[in-house]
Amino acid sequence: MKLIADENQLKWIYERLAAEIIERNKGMENCALVGIRTRGVYIAEKLKDLFKEKYGVDIPKGILDITLYRDDLSISTHYPELKSTEIDFSVDDKNIILVDDVLYTGRTVRAALDAIMDLGRPKTIQLCVLVDRGHRELPIQADYVGKRIQTSKKERIHVKVKEYDGKDEIYISENVKLK
Amino acid sequence: MKFNRKDLVSIRDLTKEEIEFILEQAQSFKEINERVIKKVPTLRGKTVVTCFYEPSTRTRLSFEVAAKRLSADTLNFSASTSSVKKGETFLDTLKNIEALKSDVVIIRHPASGATKFASKILKASVVNAGDGINEHPTQALLDAFTILEKKGRIKGLNIIIAGDILHSRVARSNIFLLTKLGANVKVYAPPMMMPRDIEKTGVKIVKDFRDEIKEADVVMMLRVQLERQNKALFPSIREYAKFFGFKKEYLENLKNDAIIMHPGPMNRGVEISSEVADSDKSVILEQVENGIAVRMAILYLLIGSGGES
Repeated sequence: MKLIADENQLKWIYERLAAEIIERNKGMENCALVGIRTRGVYIAEKLKDLFKEKYGVDIPKGILDITLYRDDLSISTHYPELKSTEIDFSVDDKNIILVDDVLYTGRTVRAALDAIMDLGRPKTIQLCVLVDRGHRELPIQADYVGKRIQTSKKERIHVKVKEYDGKDEIYISENVKLK
Repeated sequence: MKFNRKDLVSIRDLTKEEIEFILEQAQSFKEINERVIKKVPTLRGKTVVTCFYEPSTRTRLSFEVAAKRLSADTLNFSASTSSVKKGETFLDTLKNIEALKSDVVIIRHPASGATKFASKILKASVVNAGDGINEHPTQALLDAFTILEKKGRIKGLNIIIAGDILHSRVARSNIFLLTKLGANVKVYAPPMMMPRDIEKTGVKIVKDFRDEIKEADVVMMLRVQLERQNKALFPSIREYAKFFGFKKEYLENLKNDAIIMHPGPMNRGVEISSEVADSDKSVILEQVENGIAVRMAILYLLIGSGGES
């Protein structure tokens, strides 16, 4: 197990991500955050707080569950438990900032894009991830990346958020059994 | 939790945890019905057949729309317009439906136990949409979902179920479900429509309906089932309405936050007066709306259970 970022380093990462998003979306007009369950939701919440504290802008935040859009349902024998999607604003004409913890194969993001498109027609969708670990299986890239980490497929990235896991940190372990 | 059932045949078979899990999942599905585009791609390529040997409006439409919102293909079979009229047996019909490579078969049948029988024959998942006077599990689940939504809990609530308890599969499924979840259930019926030994199911008998509804959080009225009586069990409809119906003057006896339910179809002016059915305490149309989310959850869970029984 190897520590990649501790609480202090993560603080800087979050602040840099917030600054980059602000810079690209001048004034944050018509912007909204959408966090992908589970940890993307807490990361989106942190960004929302930063926008408010440091830049004085308050933007809506929604929660997306991508279970019903997964591409492995057709080959899985047991469907995962569904948690609800909670997006109480219209996505039409919005600049959606999609937030997830780790970008890996890109399949989760593909599902999330379809899920958002089923809710309406956003103006843009931008992707913000805390970690990009490579090994994409689909042509998907992030607009904002907290940390790029070179990994092998055997390794596993653990993103922890205080509100859910009790601490803020990122570490890497080598415990994945490859099929 | 893992849901490991091939079929949903009865509430009696389910554990409290399974019931709570279905209700929780239904909560997650409800949001889809409030979207502009009410459809998700989850059950693409799956086939859902409704196979009804009795008339139905709500249940069949509700299952069909639930399947369609999950992107499954739906086929509808009604005995009244099918080869059953030419003498085809239930078993042969089931085998033919199986040959269509269906994933879920939703069955309503006048014989109690018909869906249990079908579930043993078919490899596909079977959902009971009402079998004789036995059970109607999805109705009980959507009733429980509606109660939960309105009252925030089921445990400890005072619930009165009133009407033709003897012939009501809705009442049976609800009694099993609500007592499992810890509600105080009472039943009220004309003596000839009250099953013997009903108290063994854990319910109490209401003596004075008008008085006892004062304590009720939920009053569930049942339809008088004229089609299931081989002889008249009461002298006239007017007399039933007078002594066993929910009349408008009873409304003032209800608690402010009490709710009135009815599984439909209603006989207005018989078991429930129009003023009661249309009052602000009535949640009858919300029951119908919630039925879709509950049935979406059931289709998702059964197809996604890995086909284990």
